[in-house]
Amino acid sequence: MTTQEKHVMHTTHIKKDNTQIVINIVTYILVTIFCLLCILPFWMIIASSFSTEEAIRRTGFTLWPSDFSTYSYELLFRSPDQMIGAYVVTICLAGIGTLIGLFIIAMTGYALQRKDFPYRNGIMFYIYFTSLFSAGLVPFYLLIVQTLNLRDSYFAILLPLLMSPWLIVLMKNFVKAIPHEITESGKIDGAGDFKIFYALVLPNLKPALATIGLFLALSYWNEWYYSSLFLTSKVEYRPLQYHLYNVINKVASLKNSVAGSNVVITDLPGETLKMATAVIATGPIILLYPFVQKYFVAGLTVGAVKG
Amino acid sequence: MQQTVNNASLYRRPSIGRTIWQNKTLILMCLPAIVFFFVFCYMPMPGAYIAFTNFQYNKGIFDSPFVGFKNFEFLFISGQLGLLLKNTVLYNIAFIVLGNVVQLAFAILLNEVNSKPYKKTAQSIMFLPYFISDVLVSLLVYNLINYDYGFISNLVRSLGGEMPKVYQDANAWPYIIVFVNLWKSTGYGTVVYFASITGMDSSMMEAAQIDGANAWQRIRYITLPTLKPTVIILFLFAIGGILKGNFGLFYNLVGNNSMLFKTTDIIETYVYRSMMNSFNFSQSSAVGLFQSVVGFFIVLGANAFVKHLDPDYALF
Repeated sequence: MTTQEKHVMHTTHIKKDNTQIVINIVTYILVTIFCLLCILPFWMIIASSFSTEEAIRRTGFTLWPSDFSTYSYELLFRSPDQMIGAYVVTICLAGIGTLIGLFIIAMTGYALQRKDFPYRNGIMFYIYFTSLFSAGLVPFYLLIVQTLNLRDSYFAILLPLLMSPWLIVLMKNFVKAIPHEITESGKIDGAGDFKIFYALVLPNLKPALATIGLFLALSYWNEWYYSSLFLTSKVEYRPLQYHLYNVINKVASLKNSVAGSNVVITDLPGETLKMATAVIATGPIILLYPFVQKYFVAGLTVGAVKG
Repeated sequence: MQQTVNNASLYRRPSIGRTIWQNKTLILMCLPAIVFFFVFCYMPMPGAYIAFTNFQYNKGIFDSPFVGFKNFEFLFISGQLGLLLKNTVLYNIAFIVLGNVVQLAFAILLNEVNSKPYKKTAQSIMFLPYFISDVLVSLLVYNLINYDYGFISNLVRSLGGEMPKVYQDANAWPYIIVFVNLWKSTGYGTVVYFASITGMDSSMMEAAQIDGANAWQRIRYITLPTLKPTVIILFLFAIGGILKGNFGLFYNLVGNNSMLFKTTDIIETYVYRSMMNSFNFSQSSAVGLFQSVVGFFIVLGANAFVKHLDPDYALF
């Protein structure tokens, strides 16, 4: 069909049908409401963090700060030790973990999609089996604490998050999509397998590296679980989300987070401090989100459903 | 005769040592991942033995006294395991059914909208809750429903109603948790379904439009039937994970608030608490092992079923 015919077809056949209008109205209403529900809670946290504690006691959390105040932020910045420490720890973990994890995942994904690699099915099953069956939390905990002796070590957080079977499968699917001719030329030139991977495959893998790298970075950024298992109170600087977890759930941590700011404990603005800590701990994710979300969408499209 | 024998020996399979040598680079490239999964997934496996012992921390797993199935018996008889299984399975059923219906509906509806910027913006915003940690989710929920200051509590009060003290009311939590889970997972699922709708062959759609099918008929007779295999397969795999709970969500929302356990305690939260708070390693691991073994067979069953329907989609 020529473009002209196509054009004619489009202009002639669509007579507006009523169901289309109804469906469109329903969609706009439902989807818009849901989108508002997705944004409003974040807005409320921000609004509350800029309220005075007294206003919250009086009117509860509101959509607009009733008495605007930056007191909770001032308190946090007066003794910023813990927050800065948490930031440094989280950024280091996310940076190092993402780089190492990404490199290993990419190598493995490349090797496992090579049709001429006789052990690919065996290794794939070996990796995949771990997502079907596990020994459970207790033996894993004892392995880290007793066998590897990693209690209170940042390695107990860095290592378990490095990779997952799902990310390796995702990478494999991405590598498969690279045109065969690109690697073929390397083989003809007599390049070794690693050279082909490093010089020919990796540069063509940028979207995949971005997607999987972001998944990894996000899991490090949001990490609180392994921290709660393996980092005791002896560790001074906790990852951000675990720091937030403690500020929310433990009164002692809340007080510690502003220690040295010379505030009488009973005067502590507990509610607004929690909210301000949440804003500082989550801010970067929300700010980066608009720029990175398209990579996540791409990743889901490749990895979630075949065909 | 001599010739064929020679040929046969020429073409016989290379020895294992030779194959390994030929593939040494690819094997080395897989080695870090192999070591990783060995250390963090396979090495703990023998430790599952702890479920059959009366574990003493200083003796380690294999020198603690063996007690057979006692830990399991206790969990069965006390009714603890029954409650955990019930909660875990019921929550998952609610998540799977409601989640898929909502995600599918949003994906189909969005596909009917013509405005590209709206589609894009909506997807981006719906996806946002997926990005934040469960720690923050718990704070968002607290911000909305806590009795003294919560936004919704105040709203209800200003409308003349009386807000229940939800953090003391176990019966409210199934609704809260299901809602929060929907809130968090809808964007993700919608994007997945939306991707498979836009990947559909558009010729059928165009033909139907020419034949005068209206939007509802197109959804009913083309989009839905085309999506059916994907839905069934995602559904079956979800059933495969029916014993697995979302620990982060439950633990952050409920924490150690024992007033709510009756309706909110799932396998993961019980395992975590009985290990970290009461140091009851043996019982904790018994529940964990039960979950792993039964869950494993459910996955195998689900996979066999998928394979029966469409071998292309089977996991293995």
